[in-house]
Amino acid sequence: MMNGTIDQIQTGVEFLNADEAIQRIPEGASIMVGGFGFPGMPRHLSKALVKRTELDQLTLIMNSLGSVSTLNALFEQNRIKKVIGSFFSTNKELVVAYQEGKVEIELLPQGTFTEAIRLGGAGIPAFFTPTAAGTLLAEGKESRIINGREHVLEQSLTADVAIIRAHKADKAGNLVYKKTAQNFNPAMATAAKLTIVEVDEIVEIGELDPDSIVTPFIFVDIVVKREEV
Amino acid sequence: MGVDIKQYIAKRCAQELTSGVVNLGIGIPTLVADYLPKGKVTLHSENGILGVGPEPDPNEVVVDPETIDLVNASGVQPITALSHASYFDSSLSFTIMRGGHLDATVIGALQVSETGDLASWAVPGKAVLGVGGAMDLVIGAKRVIAAMSHLSPKGEPKILPECNYPLTAKNRVDTIVTEYAVFKFREGRMYLVEMVDEVTLEQLKEMTPAHYEVAEDFKVVKREEVGEPALV
Repeated sequence: MMNGTIDQIQTGVEFLNADEAIQRIPEGASIMVGGFGFPGMPRHLSKALVKRTELDQLTLIMNSLGSVSTLNALFEQNRIKKVIGSFFSTNKELVVAYQEGKVEIELLPQGTFTEAIRLGGAGIPAFFTPTAAGTLLAEGKESRIINGREHVLEQSLTADVAIIRAHKADKAGNLVYKKTAQNFNPAMATAAKLTIVEVDEIVEIGELDPDSIVTPFIFVDIVVKREEV
Repeated sequence: MGVDIKQYIAKRCAQELTSGVVNLGIGIPTLVADYLPKGKVTLHSENGILGVGPEPDPNEVVVDPETIDLVNASGVQPITALSHASYFDSSLSFTIMRGGHLDATVIGALQVSETGDLASWAVPGKAVLGVGGAMDLVIGAKRVIAAMSHLSPKGEPKILPECNYPLTAKNRVDTIVTEYAVFKFREGRMYLVEMVDEVTLEQLKEMTPAHYEVAEDFKVVKREEVGEPALV
């Protein structure tokens, strides 16, 4: 028989604490960070990232950064080279860093941003979208009329690391999410060389309904359980 | 713009929405939810929910950034989900938006042009650091309803021959609702379909530099009579 028992199953997914996981991030890395506002934001991993102060020249790929984000310290400490995302207007630290020329911002429409990550994970390097055609955000990009409509050529996104959040992982590394906390996390898990996920709970193999698994373990490298505060 | 004016614009927008799936933008559009016919319109929110319910009782919900998992597109404000709701990731959420599956969106506007161009996300001369989901929403929704004050806070016209603010999308606006008038775009031309009785056609023209024609089905309404949403 080819399939082993539950105790014999090994997927290679590691279970570490937040500091150990963040130690794996290379210097100057590009890092995708999940979350849409509060839900789905990997807050513990973010704190550990801020703590590891020798990591700088980072590129952050995240949809938005609110005014109260843990990651704001990275801008104050001048550790970010570039951010790619869709909404940064309300973040004072980032706006100041941008105005002082300390950080580069690449703005993408949110749907282009998420599709760029999905296709990055799917091995498709670029795509045409009607979004932003004829606007400021299409300047300098190739455009083409397809089916009578103008489309913009956008590059897909991949990263060295993704730090994401899910609700539960099983001991194989499969992930399930809750409500509006999915957002960018499942796509980011597929688009990075190293995917680190923070979860509320780790359960035994077999406890997650296979129908409910959104991110299969193949996209996961390290699982970190959130510590009780 | 007074509270009553915002509520009026929201109420009038809701009259346009009798069924289907709709995404409401931030600002006046958010107020539209209160006037929608119950059960007939399902609300989508781009952070990953179809079937947005009312806001929860503020006394019963604790917003803990560590644990909250159900919010609106602000990313921080708690909502509820209706019994037919579903949750999904951003890729599917923007498949709904960009892919042409939404029946309508109501979106705030800084400027609209006579060809239906929309400017809603940036002001010239200021750093442009946020666009969010507006461009995908407007490019994909079957109907784009611009909910806006007729004039800027400085009294400048916002419905123009051409937008001079950065565009959100070209030729996508279907309907404009202001405190004074409703305009519709039909086969690429802009028509005045409704006006409140507080202003005359001449006064409206003065506030509206865009070229438009008075529609055959044009009517004058009293603002206070635009009450309950249309029940079709």
